[in-house]
Amino acid sequence: MATNIVRNENSNRPATAPISLRLRHCGRTFPGTRGSHAPHVALQPLDLDVEPGETLVLLGPSGCGKTTTLRIISGLEQPDIGGQVWFGEEDVTQLPIEKRDVGMVFQNYALFPNMNVEANIAYGLRIRGLSPDDIRRRVGEMVDMVHLNGLERRPVHELSGGQKQRVALARALAVRPRVLLFDEPLAALDAKLRDRLRVDIGQLLRSLGITSVYVTHDQAEAMALGDRIAVMENGRIAQLGTPREIYHHPGSAFVADFIGSVNRLEIKGAEEGQLMVAGGRLSVARYHGASVLYCRPEDIEVCPVTQAAITGRVLQTFFLGQSQRLFVDTGAETPLQVESPSREQWLPGQTIGLSIAEEALFSIADAQ
Amino acid sequence: MTTASVRRNGRRGMFYWQLAFTLLICLFMIVPVVMSVTAGLTENYFVGLSSGLTTRWLVEVWNLYAQSIWLSIYLALSCLGVTLVLGIPAAYGLLKSQKRWASLVEELLLMPVAVPGLATALALLLAYGGFRGFRSSWLFILVGHVLFTLPFMIRPVLAVMQSINVVKLEEAASSLGARPVQRFLSVVLPNCTSGILAGALMVLTLSVGEFNITWMLHTPLTKTLPVGLADSYASMRLEVGSAYTLIFLMMILPFLIVVQWLGQVMTRKASARVS
Repeated sequence: MATNIVRNENSNRPATAPISLRLRHCGRTFPGTRGSHAPHVALQPLDLDVEPGETLVLLGPSGCGKTTTLRIISGLEQPDIGGQVWFGEEDVTQLPIEKRDVGMVFQNYALFPNMNVEANIAYGLRIRGLSPDDIRRRVGEMVDMVHLNGLERRPVHELSGGQKQRVALARALAVRPRVLLFDEPLAALDAKLRDRLRVDIGQLLRSLGITSVYVTHDQAEAMALGDRIAVMENGRIAQLGTPREIYHHPGSAFVADFIGSVNRLEIKGAEEGQLMVAGGRLSVARYHGASVLYCRPEDIEVCPVTQAAITGRVLQTFFLGQSQRLFVDTGAETPLQVESPSREQWLPGQTIGLSIAEEALFSIADAQ
Repeated sequence: MTTASVRRNGRRGMFYWQLAFTLLICLFMIVPVVMSVTAGLTENYFVGLSSGLTTRWLVEVWNLYAQSIWLSIYLALSCLGVTLVLGIPAAYGLLKSQKRWASLVEELLLMPVAVPGLATALALLLAYGGFRGFRSSWLFILVGHVLFTLPFMIRPVLAVMQSINVVKLEEAASSLGARPVQRFLSVVLPNCTSGILAGALMVLTLSVGEFNITWMLHTPLTKTLPVGLADSYASMRLEVGSAYTLIFLMMILPFLIVVQWLGQVMTRKASARVS
């Protein structure tokens, strides 16, 4: 408690070493609401460790518990009895959000409409009682950092969505929080702006080295920003790992399917070191005994039919600009998805050959 | 004539019809007010304007009813104070509780508006008429006014709170270190000014003009403007009653204009606030 008081009074401290963040047995059950009286388990009790300075992304579909986890970390939500939240060596479970020293960026910006850009950024500093000089200096730094120069006096309702989110980011960073929390910050922006702001946020997070938790349902965002990603499903973590691990070695069919597209190849049998699949056979040394293998669309190559491991008929092509997506009927239940360079031309009905490198194939433990 | 010019002429004709109709309606509503005002300023209404203009009736009304006028103003401001203190936290509370009883409470608050004022007053008399000191003081009328006007404060404030998503704003403020009282004062209140002012305007005007409840609750010493008006119409010459109306208008109009102006200034100030 004593350390906490010192911290609040001395928010002008130099950027301190980043802290770790730990959740221990944090679950959340909501009492039954109207209609259904059964309590709703939003989050199964979970443990989660975020290293100092790391950006952890919580990724999953809506209702998977990612936002609840974030709100428990922030202090907006209390975990069920027995749950603990640790910031470094301090147990903050009982602390309300205003004493936790977190910075939050919300999906709908949540800027204060009664204040202009400058006053929004200065809000946390004023609350902490910094001197006007310090506030002015810190606000100036923040405005530079998020490239809002010249807009300091603008009322926030005159800003574009991207500018609003920059103000929100500056406002959260101005108080030098111990932990930075993002709740789907880019979801309300259009695609182009989302990409740009994603790059900016990524650079900012790397250069600041601040411990961050980032909630999103967008897998591209998760992979671009996360040092590690926790994919969540039904109130529990389905897989936790680096973006590469998650993408190339998904731990479950759900994860494989949620992150990018994936092809499912059913193994019909083995013959002379080759695995029989719909449309052909795969020459692989591993995976004998597996019933299903997976591969990503970009790992399948179109090749002459004579050299092909699998042949199939093009059902449909979707031009994506930087590439094209082919749907190829190989006789299996679902067509294979193949990513091919965008300059090649394929016609629906055409028979093509496909090859898959052995290292591109993976199996999933829980898949049947 | 081309079809375009025919259409243009047709449209212009339509415009004049609409203008005439609007002016007619305005006239219909303004004439009684003007007649009432002139009645209060003429020497003898039955003789007509030819009897001459005078401020005699105004002076007479002032001498007779100055106390009522002051009481009405006092009462309206007190009522505003009470509804602000009760209404804003009530709206805030209703916003935060998503429970089923929240809407029930909202409906209950509206009851005194739906129930005839006389019934509300009668209930108050039955319940608290026995407390003599309370019964004979202006506070008794204040209670009636607050009952009647409270929903008119709560509703606009609640609507604004919902539309600007106060809950999210508060979450943002709390993440930046603001304690509950700090965020209520720095974020919730300033962003609800438009709703508060709309509510205040309603409360003031309703309180000044309230007759039903007040008529039942008043004593000879606690007479408000509308009750005095009824009194003067019933017991004095028409000119006095009309002069009373004029005073009433002169009281209420600046009141409304000031509140409206205040609203504009506050909104402008709020949006330009820099610290």
